[in-house]
Amino acid sequence: MPKTPAGTLYRGREGMWSWVAHRITGVVIFFFLLVHVLDTSLVRVSPEAYDAVIGAYKNPIMGLGELGLVGAIVFHAFNGLRVILVDFWKKGPAYQRQMLWAVGVLWALTMIGFSIRHLSIVFGGH
Amino acid sequence: MGVPLIESPRSGRMSPGYTRSSTSKGNFELYAWLFMRFSGVVLVVLIFVHLWANLIAGDGISGIDFGFVAGKWASPLWQIWDLTMLWLAMLHGTNGVRTIINDYAERNTTRMGLKGVLYTSAVVIIVLGTLVIFTFDPCPVIDGVATVADYCPAS
Repeated sequence: MPKTPAGTLYRGREGMWSWVAHRITGVVIFFFLLVHVLDTSLVRVSPEAYDAVIGAYKNPIMGLGELGLVGAIVFHAFNGLRVILVDFWKKGPAYQRQMLWAVGVLWALTMIGFSIRHLSIVFGGH
Repeated sequence: MGVPLIESPRSGRMSPGYTRSSTSKGNFELYAWLFMRFSGVVLVVLIFVHLWANLIAGDGISGIDFGFVAGKWASPLWQIWDLTMLWLAMLHGTNGVRTIINDYAERNTTRMGLKGVLYTSAVVIIVLGTLVIFTFDPCPVIDGVATVADYCPAS
């Protein structure tokens, strides 16, 4: 067994990596939220100012960014429900690995559906 | 061999490197933990419906403009929806980032400084967002020029 610093709680595998992903997606969503409140606040400046900035969200590069953002939100949402089940459901800790697989499957299904809809709007030359 | 012994955070036998100056009394951390779970469940519903209404229904993102916002906020339901989402999401996110700062910023001054920036930003964004929702005018007159839209009263 390689020497590890005493006191470490990082044990790897599904439990740790889902926790890491939950943190990263959480921070990404939080910073977008700050920006999103600011861009929405432009409705109090003028309709033109709001439309100009929202127009920037509609180009294909931002469209891919929105796909990533929604992917982060959907993971954070489903994994958050898994965390709640781990904490409050009697059998939650025993099934945490299986529940992470369920999170992955539900995430993939949701994102396939959303990608088809969103990318056809963004790249469809509406 | 095996798992190294890790003392309970409240055992008082932690390595001195892990102790911090001020320990707050009371059950704040318990309520913060509980709030993350409660607000999390509500936010899943609020945000999924928000994403559906703005990115999937109608024309999706290509349909979003000033008139789209005006149409939504003409309804008190969407005003309350967005207000609840703003407050819960900001408190949930601020508490999450607070936890991350506490985990990784080891120097007292660094930690206090980062949390000062975090709390200031959170208050500014929550107050700004709340004011925007409550003072929104779908037909603003800017520099004497009235907004011309089919939902605005003819003047």
